[in-house]
Amino acid sequence: MKEKFEILRSTCVPLPLENVDTDQIIPARFLKATTKEGFGENLFYDWRYDKQGNRIETFVLNDPQYSGKILVAGKNFGCGSSREHAAWAIAGYGFRVVVSSFFADIHKNNELNNGVLPVVVSEPFLAALFAAIKENPETEVEVNLPGQRITNMATGKSENFEINAYKKHCLINGLDDIDYLLTNKQKIEEYERLW
Amino acid sequence: MNTLFDKIWDSHVVAAVENGPVQLYVDRLYCHEVTSPQAFAGLRERGLKPFRPGRIFCMPDHNTPTHDQDKPIADPVSKTQVDTLEKNASDFGLTHFGMMHPKNGIIHVVGPERGLTLPGMTIVCGDSHTSTHGAMGAVAFGIGTSEVEMALASQCILQQKPKTMRITVDGQLGKGVTAKDVALYIIAKMTTGGATGYFVEYTGSVVRGLTMEGRLTLCNLSIEMGARGGMVAPDETTFAYLKGREYAPQGEAWDKAVAYWKTLGSGSDALFDKEVMFRAGDVEPMITYGTNPGMGTGITQTIPLSSSMPEAGRISYLKSLEYMGFSEGDPLTGKPVDYVFVGSCTNGRIEDFRMFAAVVKGRKKAPGVTAWLVPGSWMVEAQIRAEGLDRIFANAGFELRQPGCSACLAMNDDKIPAGKYAVSTSNRNFEGRQGPGSRTLLASPLVAAAAAITGKVTDPRDIME
Repeated sequence: MKEKFEILRSTCVPLPLENVDTDQIIPARFLKATTKEGFGENLFYDWRYDKQGNRIETFVLNDPQYSGKILVAGKNFGCGSSREHAAWAIAGYGFRVVVSSFFADIHKNNELNNGVLPVVVSEPFLAALFAAIKENPETEVEVNLPGQRITNMATGKSENFEINAYKKHCLINGLDDIDYLLTNKQKIEEYERLW
Repeated sequence: MNTLFDKIWDSHVVAAVENGPVQLYVDRLYCHEVTSPQAFAGLRERGLKPFRPGRIFCMPDHNTPTHDQDKPIADPVSKTQVDTLEKNASDFGLTHFGMMHPKNGIIHVVGPERGLTLPGMTIVCGDSHTSTHGAMGAVAFGIGTSEVEMALASQCILQQKPKTMRITVDGQLGKGVTAKDVALYIIAKMTTGGATGYFVEYTGSVVRGLTMEGRLTLCNLSIEMGARGGMVAPDETTFAYLKGREYAPQGEAWDKAVAYWKTLGSGSDALFDKEVMFRAGDVEPMITYGTNPGMGTGITQTIPLSSSMPEAGRISYLKSLEYMGFSEGDPLTGKPVDYVFVGSCTNGRIEDFRMFAAVVKGRKKAPGVTAWLVPGSWMVEAQIRAEGLDRIFANAGFELRQPGCSACLAMNDDKIPAGKYAVSTSNRNFEGRQGPGSRTLLASPLVAAAAAITGKVTDPRDIME
């Protein structure tokens, strides 16, 4: 059972870059673990720390103005490698939602499989959200999963977002796909007999 | 409808979830050491065993050193990961080709060359470059570790059916233009996210004319424009490549299989969600200048101006050029090169080493260049030696290393130092991909060879016979 998800209201961490790839989210040299724990510490490592391991103060995760459970990123977030370690790092750091105008496929699934909700918004909504957070880092966003609605509390503007009904059910109830697949063994065996 | 993709996908649907994904049967699950340990651990926590162990093949490739593979891996963390795969395979009775095993190599090189990957199959692996296997006419795509666990537990995964796209490349490829250039050209035109949500079928006279190695390179790079997978309809080239390979069907079973494979191609009435066409004559040897594979251009071109970019992407574009130490408007030829890497699941096959050898034969490696030549598998390595390419390399000052993923993602010791420039035949030029601070220029084995000989970005056509 994973943590259940319904309505989340939080401040945001803005990352207004496009094509953020999973090698940036978690560099390959941190993929050597055999458990899912501890990846949050190395989230965006090479943007967060310099070669000597000192914090790069200008990077948003090191900027005390910004905090919260919602990461807001430019389009095509999570492109590149299929490493689920990227989703473990995002979840491990404490994010429950990633907002972007576009997600790469594999990473989007990986987030959903780890209790992180990817919320796809329109380009204008995203631009307005970046602007609101820049103006006031205390800007809150409300993500309502049952209602499939995201609201920028600074402007009051809200948008519906899409999510597959099955994945929504899993997130709200903290279920995962294996629970489902295992109830279907007989069908798998029937399928195998056909071939 | 009635596409190559639809035919294979639809014939593998076990059940459909109401308002949700389908449950897709998986013919082959490939496991490497990086994305599988947590899946095996999850399986144990649930008290389960692999549902169909005979359909699962494991091999380490990402962490393997490219020298002294007969000795224990020096990095203890890498060693643990490689040992963990071996233990998981042994505990659960799965086929495992460990380091130094003659069948070891990069999983996406080994699958096709051993005949494990066959037309009509569904294939998954916790690795985005699983798209490679689509070249054989299979539906193959990368998955996350949770999905690896699903496939271990049930030989199925839950998956939303993607849309279909056909990319047609017609015409005649020019001198020095390879499958890698065609792929980098398509990605540059489509952009790094332009095919997200789609499964691509490649066709047209250029694709039909490619060797299997070339098709594998092309399909391998599908994910670099966001496509979940890429595929080529199986044809005589596919059958000739597969015939007699170890795990391919033999005798009567072969004839039966070929007859079935011939029915898989998209029908003349096939309907795709999107159609894109390119002309071979527009493609020249390609090279990338930025930090995603879509940031590539013809080698004779200059780096695009930021004023030509949409405004939302400009910050990312300039950040990328700053990382690379390049300026807008710079010509690419003549840029200094410190490292050359030939290998990876993209260009680590025998044909790639033949191309490299054809250019470096009778020449000498530039003194300032460090070159890593890493075969994709022991089978490729053996063929390099059998054809005498290793002697051509040695005479030109190059050393052949042992197989693995190597500097493509630098999980082993093969790291490009910070600030250095590497012309690489691999698949990603992301920041830090080949080592923290490394700067990668993606290109074909011919462009890599020209760089290795001259020490700078060079149009291979200028030095080819």
